[in-house]
Amino acid sequence: MEFDWAGETPKFLMLMYGLIAFVAVVGGLLLLLDVVPAWFARRQEAQLVAASTSGTPLPRRRKPREGLFALFFLLPTLLLLMIGLVVPAIRTTLLSVMNRDGSSWVGLDNYGWMFSEDSIIQVLTNTLTWVILVPLVATAFGLIYAVLVDKARFEAVAKSLIFLPMAISFVGAAIIWKFVYAYRGEGDQIGLLNQIAVSLGGQPKQWLLESPLNTFLLIVIMIWIQAGFAMVVLSAAIKAIPADIIEAARLDGTTPWQMFWRITMPSIRPALIVVVVTLSIATLKVFDIVRTATNGNYDTSVIANEMYNQAFRYQETGRGSALAVFLFVLVLPLVIFQIRNLRQQREG
Amino acid sequence: MTTATPTVGVGAQAAGKPTRAGRVRKRLNSRTATLVSIVIALLWTVPTFGLFVSSFRPEDQIKTTGWWTFFRDPQFTLENYQQVLFSGSSSGRLASYFINSLAITIPSVLFPLAFAALAAYALAWINFRGRDWVYIGIFALQIVPLQMALVPLLRFFSTGVTVGGVQLLPAWDLVDEQKFAQVWFAHTCFALPFAVYLLHNFVSQLPSDLMEAARVDGATHPKIFRTIVLPLITPALAAIGIFQFLWVWNDLLVALIFAGGGNETAPLTVRLAELAGTRGNEWQRLTAGAFVSIVVPLIVFLSLQRYFVRGLLAGSVKG
Repeated sequence: MEFDWAGETPKFLMLMYGLIAFVAVVGGLLLLLDVVPAWFARRQEAQLVAASTSGTPLPRRRKPREGLFALFFLLPTLLLLMIGLVVPAIRTTLLSVMNRDGSSWVGLDNYGWMFSEDSIIQVLTNTLTWVILVPLVATAFGLIYAVLVDKARFEAVAKSLIFLPMAISFVGAAIIWKFVYAYRGEGDQIGLLNQIAVSLGGQPKQWLLESPLNTFLLIVIMIWIQAGFAMVVLSAAIKAIPADIIEAARLDGTTPWQMFWRITMPSIRPALIVVVVTLSIATLKVFDIVRTATNGNYDTSVIANEMYNQAFRYQETGRGSALAVFLFVLVLPLVIFQIRNLRQQREG
Repeated sequence: MTTATPTVGVGAQAAGKPTRAGRVRKRLNSRTATLVSIVIALLWTVPTFGLFVSSFRPEDQIKTTGWWTFFRDPQFTLENYQQVLFSGSSSGRLASYFINSLAITIPSVLFPLAFAALAAYALAWINFRGRDWVYIGIFALQIVPLQMALVPLLRFFSTGVTVGGVQLLPAWDLVDEQKFAQVWFAHTCFALPFAVYLLHNFVSQLPSDLMEAARVDGATHPKIFRTIVLPLITPALAAIGIFQFLWVWNDLLVALIFAGGGNETAPLTVRLAELAGTRGNEWQRLTAGAFVSIVVPLIVFLSLQRYFVRGLLAGSVKG
């Protein structure tokens, strides 16, 4: 079947409408803010001229209306945040204490369900495994690599290669790794992992079907993506250590080991904390990898995935909302910690 | 290992000439470091490379032999791409979804950038009562995971706003490609807190003398914003723009919920996740399809990496 380009025109048309709307809204707002005050200024000027020629006392000059400007500058942002985040977040919290279609109150039943249902407890354990392993391993790897590459040649190229998975979508990454884990019953293996297993004398396996191993294999994907982030941030922090500190330590005859633990680690501690916390938040919300690789089957589901299933596949709005609220509660302390940390850093 | 020989010689007289010995050892260190770091970097790339190579192999080859056999027995074809991009809907038809991805991404980057820049300017340089509180409020919204907003926002689009039985806002009632508007809206909302926060950092660090001078010359806020602030924060806008681009292009969750699964609106990620689920063994399509979805962010990323890294560092370290 030939590809039908004509069928795609409405999309481009829609895109064009979107762009026109963009120009109209932003341009219109700026124009409005430009023209209206100018008009007021001219009128005031005319008043002043009239007043000075006729000799009447000058009208009292009003304070410039700063607040009005601010309101218009902020209007789109505040409006969108209200409609898109604030009100929905409150409604989700309310929905989490209601039944599946939001018609009656059920108190904390949904939360009780969350902690009593075996499959959901599995989900919570999985999420815990994720959130412990990913930040730890990715940060450790990123740190080691950042220290290693600091002295190496071709630094930029090596860093780019590690960093590259950051540009790949979680969906793409999941497919890449599903291919690594691929399984064939007989004949040559097509998946790298099974090929390695076979050439080491083992039996090929359906890796993604074996709980609890499959959760760890999915975690590998996340680490593969996020290690680059940890590496880039930590590498920048290492490069920011003042040269005279390093020079002084070197003159005192420190070993590389001492150098790492006594100089490097304390200097990059703030960056280290930021990386761990950022990765923890990202890991708590992980959804795409699990959905693409296993769709949450074979005991691999995590909170965000279960939330989607409950709310949008089974239409269990109450339960889905309860999971979302629980996710929020988990993320909350991390973000507060992150913010406090950032503020201390900026003051210090 | 030709360097091993001189080290021994120098090592013998190391006590006398520590600097030279040190230099040699350092060079040796840096050689091992280079070697190890390059080996790791290559290992890191192997999975992606395997996918890339496979996408050019004929179907029967992909399904029966590993991609590493390609180097013994190279068979090259573009058939997979032809199939997955253009042929019937059962095998992918990704070109259509590619256009959807573009149509979703471009406005979803432009809107939050513009709105966030305006807001950041107001929060940094216009004096009004309660300014700090507004800023803290927007800042604090970063903690709300977007999962918290999904169900009610979808209802907002599909049934409108009703308070106490009175319809305040009608439902959007969008069909087919009009659903792009929902996705733009959702992405814009979710991007704003972070974008405002990052841009505020940049905008508030501009020299205040500059603003004062412009005010004395009689420039109004819109004029200062357009002629002074915008050109100065272009690098920051680029960084956040790339961020948002990668985020939207690679997003699955928001698209899944607000765009639906049809070929009128669903982006590449949604289609690929679907193919991976229903046709998990059709590797000739999955490999080529995954590469189609990867190639655009990869180009953006590689050509604008400097901005991206800068944005990353500004977001996470400097705060």
